[in-house]
Amino acid sequence: MAREKIMEVRDLSISFKTTTGIVNAIRGVDMDLYRGETVAIVGESGSGKSVTAKAMMGILASNSIVNSGTVKFTYNDNGGESKTVDILKMSKNEIRRDINGKHIAMVFQDPMTSLDPTMTIGKQITESMIWHYKTPKAEAEAKALELLELVGITDPEKRMKNYPHQLSGGMRQRVVIAIAMACDPDLLICDEPTTALDVTIQARILELIKDIQVKKNISVIYITHDLGVVAKVADYVDVMYAGKLVEKGTVDEIFYEPRHPYTWGLLSAMPDLDTRDDRLYTIPGSPPTLKNEIKGDAFAPRNKYALNIDTRIDPPMFKMSDTHYAATWLLDDRAPTHDMPPEIKGRIERMLKEENK
Amino acid sequence: MTEEREPLLKVEHLKQYFKVSRKFTVKAVNDVSFEIYPGETYGLVGESGSGKTTIGRSIIRLYEPTAGKITFEGMDVSGKMDKETFRKLHCDMQMIFQDPMASLNPRKRVDEIIAQGIDINHMAGSEAERKQMVIDMLEEVGLDPDHATRYPHQFSGGQRQRIGIARALIMNPKLVIADECISALDVSIQAQVVNLMKDMQDKTHCAYLFIAHDLSMVKYISDRIGVLHLGHMVETGTRDEIFDNPIHPYTKSLLSAIPSPNPKVEKKRKYMTYNYYESGIDYDKGMEHLVEGTHTVLATDEEFQKWTNA
Repeated sequence: MAREKIMEVRDLSISFKTTTGIVNAIRGVDMDLYRGETVAIVGESGSGKSVTAKAMMGILASNSIVNSGTVKFTYNDNGGESKTVDILKMSKNEIRRDINGKHIAMVFQDPMTSLDPTMTIGKQITESMIWHYKTPKAEAEAKALELLELVGITDPEKRMKNYPHQLSGGMRQRVVIAIAMACDPDLLICDEPTTALDVTIQARILELIKDIQVKKNISVIYITHDLGVVAKVADYVDVMYAGKLVEKGTVDEIFYEPRHPYTWGLLSAMPDLDTRDDRLYTIPGSPPTLKNEIKGDAFAPRNKYALNIDTRIDPPMFKMSDTHYAATWLLDDRAPTHDMPPEIKGRIERMLKEENK
Repeated sequence: MTEEREPLLKVEHLKQYFKVSRKFTVKAVNDVSFEIYPGETYGLVGESGSGKTTIGRSIIRLYEPTAGKITFEGMDVSGKMDKETFRKLHCDMQMIFQDPMASLNPRKRVDEIIAQGIDINHMAGSEAERKQMVIDMLEEVGLDPDHATRYPHQFSGGQRQRIGIARALIMNPKLVIADECISALDVSIQAQVVNLMKDMQDKTHCAYLFIAHDLSMVKYISDRIGVLHLGHMVETGTRDEIFDNPIHPYTKSLLSAIPSPNPKVEKKRKYMTYNYYESGIDYDKGMEHLVEGTHTVLATDEEFQKWTNA
């Protein structure tokens, strides 16, 4: 089956004007997404994952400056015709009318702040259908019931009349997902959907999003720093650091053959259940501020494998396979041979063994 | 396990109720007992609302315990305390909070924050000694001594949590209650803070009560673990006893929910559901049953039979 590309981000670069100066939050990001697939964007806070997602949805903050780049989104118009638009060139009104909620929907981290406390659940779910498609109220309500059932809320008739504060955290997040699904979007963006939830509820919400994705054949972007979540849901992984992609590949390539030192650090910072080492492998220091111009590789000061060239020239993306790219000079032919840190090597060996069990 | 080891902290049948209104009382903690030995790390896990934070706060007496007995270093610290016991409790037991921004006074400089315990208890003989203690502490937690004159907002999340740790450890406590102290941090920073906590434990031999909901981190850091649900301690034991041989269905479902950073395993994993209200289990009827060693589980006789034979 041919893959249908629905999102194409090229050379995206975004800055923010703040009281202390200009912050270059995104510095040249390329990203692709195909229908029915899941991409996870991982990275520390401040690495630009959320800003990338917001740019895709056209909801950047008012102090943002788009320096360059295109965000091409392909969707099926009402008539069923395929239409491609550049989100960054659309006006706010156009985006509100044609894209947000209708073709791209977003699930935010905290379900309490993303729901309106003064509106009933039912009203919040039907709102977008009535607004975008002028669905008659009765029809919209019937669909809302269906959606509540789909996200696994028991007794949906009763819940329709409830207010957000009457529901538990897991329930609220289910409602948020139901709202996002109301207009059958082509793309669902989940910004840390389970960070505010307990592990037990987290597992259920992730399985729920996955089920819906298969049923409706939509694409999903996950923004997260939890690699357990990534391992569970993602087909492809994009690792971001300081406003740039440092490594991208399929989930297996990232977890079993990581090539960038930053990915090594991320992978081994989270202990798996068999980690018995005395110390966790850590990335020393903290991420750079993006206020100043960064010369060379932004990760070089924290990288013990850094080469001389890293401080001068920013590494390009080196290609390992058709899907796997990494931006580190270590992959250059002229680089000295290097080995992965033993912690991560041991981890990967354990993971591969676990699989064969 | 040596029998003669004296527990540092002994919690017996702790109950903590909150009266919401005349008719309604929240039973946040219900009959919880456990012990912490000197120099070990005890992990307390459970979902939100299970009472783990309440237990920590009751022990350090931020709340008045409703019933039960808490013994710390041989002193009873659950009832009315005389001045000396109170002072000792506040020196030897310290707390690290979840949100490093909210727990540091934004109007105080870092050195004032860290030295507050010293000042209150007159631990330093002179101004120079006090200053030296602060500088030593800052260096121990991996901060620059120049940072002493800065304010909390000038630091990153990981650095702020280091200040929180410095503030707790400068008193040379015997027990540190770490309440979700890494949950608000990024993954890579979490690892740094956990490493620091482990290093400090090696140096000072303090015990940790590590409260968290991230089970993989709890497994990594804890010697013994207690699993809480709805205010009841449903299972407790050493790390290996809990993780290799979970008995209680709630523990099993909790363990099955841990996301594993391994795509091939994770994609196949199915989560085991557990619903207390439909399972027919009544925690109030359960009694502590010894499985082996220090591993105990809350169950009625029948349930215990069923779970251990299955």
